[in-house]
Amino acid sequence: MINCGMRLVTTNLTLKEVKPRIRELVDTLFQTVPAGVGGKGFVKVNNSQFNDVMQEGTQWCIKQGYGWEEDIERTEEDGRIKQAEHEKVSEQARKRGISQLGTLGSGNHYLEIQYADEIHDEAIAKAMGITEKGQIVVMVHCGSRGFGHQIATDYLRVFDDAMKKYGIAVNDRELACAPFNSKEGQDYYKAMACAANMAFANRQVILHRIREGFEKVFKTSAEKLDMHMVYDVAHNMAKVEEHSIDGERKKLVVHRKGSTRSFGPNHPELIDKYKKTGQPVILGGSMETGSYLLVGTEGAMKETFGSTAHGSGRTMSRTRAKGEFRGDKLQREMEARGIYVKSMSMSGLAEEAGAAYKDIHEVVKSIEKAGISKPVTSLLPLGNVKG
Amino acid sequence: MAFRFLPDVAIADIAFEVTAATLEDLFAEAGMALLEASANPNDVKLKIKKEIKLSNTHIDRLLFDWLAELIYLKDAESLLFSKFEVKIKRDGEYQLDATAWGSTIDYKDMELRNDVKAVTMHMFEVKQTDKGWMATVVIDI
Repeated sequence: MINCGMRLVTTNLTLKEVKPRIRELVDTLFQTVPAGVGGKGFVKVNNSQFNDVMQEGTQWCIKQGYGWEEDIERTEEDGRIKQAEHEKVSEQARKRGISQLGTLGSGNHYLEIQYADEIHDEAIAKAMGITEKGQIVVMVHCGSRGFGHQIATDYLRVFDDAMKKYGIAVNDRELACAPFNSKEGQDYYKAMACAANMAFANRQVILHRIREGFEKVFKTSAEKLDMHMVYDVAHNMAKVEEHSIDGERKKLVVHRKGSTRSFGPNHPELIDKYKKTGQPVILGGSMETGSYLLVGTEGAMKETFGSTAHGSGRTMSRTRAKGEFRGDKLQREMEARGIYVKSMSMSGLAEEAGAAYKDIHEVVKSIEKAGISKPVTSLLPLGNVKG
Repeated sequence: MAFRFLPDVAIADIAFEVTAATLEDLFAEAGMALLEASANPNDVKLKIKKEIKLSNTHIDRLLFDWLAELIYLKDAESLLFSKFEVKIKRDGEYQLDATAWGSTIDYKDMELRNDVKAVTMHMFEVKQTDKGWMATVVIDI
C-alpha cells in the first residue's frame, strides 16, 4: 500500500493509570476510528477538498483543525510530497478513496495502546518524549487504503504496456516499472505522491481522533496529557533523495518497500529536535509480542541509503494462521494476559496471531548488529484496535 | 469448477487457485474466491443486481480487470457479490458481459473478514489446461 506507515504518539500517563481503563479506552477508539471491510471514514470531503488532501496531505489536516502545528514537522517530508498532481489520479481511484479518509483498514493495520518496557538509550528516549518504563504511548499502522491501491492498479496496467515499449523485462509482473523520467514514470510519481499525501492525512486525522478519545476517557485535554507525536514514517514509498555513491553526491529514486527511512544524526532533512539523535524509526511487531522505537544511524546512510527494517515480518501465511488459531479464543487468551483487543473480524484476528510473526527482538538484534538503526525502547501492547 | 486457497504462497497476502471447465465459470469462481476472502458468503444475500461490462485484448488482463472491478465496487459502492453469471466472447478483443448479485456491506449481519485492497500481478496466471482453465491469483490484504 502506498505510504503505509507508522505513527507514534506519547502521553504522560502510566501503565498503572491506564490499565484499569483500557477496555473503556479501546472501546472508545474502536467506535471513533472506523476499521474493517469497506470502512467509511469520519472526515467527509467533496471533490475539491479531496484534491486539497491529495496535494497537501498533513498540512491540509492542520488547516482544518485536525491536529497540532508541530505534527507537520514531525512527519516525514512534513506530511506532503510536493510533486503530487491530482489530475494524474483516475476517477475510479478518486471515487474509491474519497470516503476513506479516517479509516484504519484491515489485515495487519492497527491502532495500539502500548507502554514503554526496556529503555535501551535513556538520553535519546528522553529526546523523543519517553522518560520512564511503563509510560503509555499510542502506535498507528495504516496507509492510503484502497485509494492508493487503485492508483497502483491503474498504473500497473500502464506499466505493463510501457515495459514492452521501453524493452524492460522483469521476473515478476508485480514489479512493473517505467523509466523515471518517461511520461509514464512521471505520471505515476505524481499520482503516487497523491496517495502518499492521502496516507499522511489519514494517519493525521486518526491521530486527531485518538487525542479526542483520550480526552473523553481521561477528562482532560490532549495538551495536558502531553500527547505529542514522536514521528510519522512511511515504509512503502518511492522518493527522490540525495545520497553518496563512491564519494559523489547523486540524486536517486529510493524505493522503500517494507523498509523504513533511517536517517542518522545531522542529516540535513532532520528537524532540530532530532538533529543530534537521528531520526526516530518505528518498528511494528505483532499484537501479542510488542514493537520498538529505534533511531537512524550513520551506518544506514553508508550501507542502505538511509533505510532499515519496517516490522517483524510474518513466518506463517494468513491462510495457514487461520487454520491454526481461532480469533475468539485468541482474544480471550490475550485478555487473560492483560492485552485487550477489539477487532472487526475474528478470522482477521486469527491471521494476526503473534506466532504467525518472527520474534521482533531477534529482528531488532539483527538490524542493530548490521548498524542500520539502534533500539531506543521496546514497547509492549496493552490494548489494540484491529480492522 | 472450484477454488482453493494456497497456504504457503505470498504469506502476507492471500493466494488462490481456480479451476473450471469454461472461461465463464473460471471468472465466476474467481469472484467467489474473492468473496470468501472478504466475508462469509452465506451472509451476502442476493438483494442487488449489477451489470458489469469489460473488455481487454488479453484474457489474463481481463481476469485482472474483473477482480479489480469487484474490489472497486466494494469500496466505492459498499457492495459484495455472491452470485455471478458471466459471458465472454472474443470479437477482436475479449469482451465480458456479467451480472453480479449481492448486497450492501452490513457490519451487523455479515461476518466480515479481510478488506481486500487489490489484485496483484505477482504469480498472476490464466492458462488453458486439459480439463479447461486454471488461474492463480494473489490478492493484497
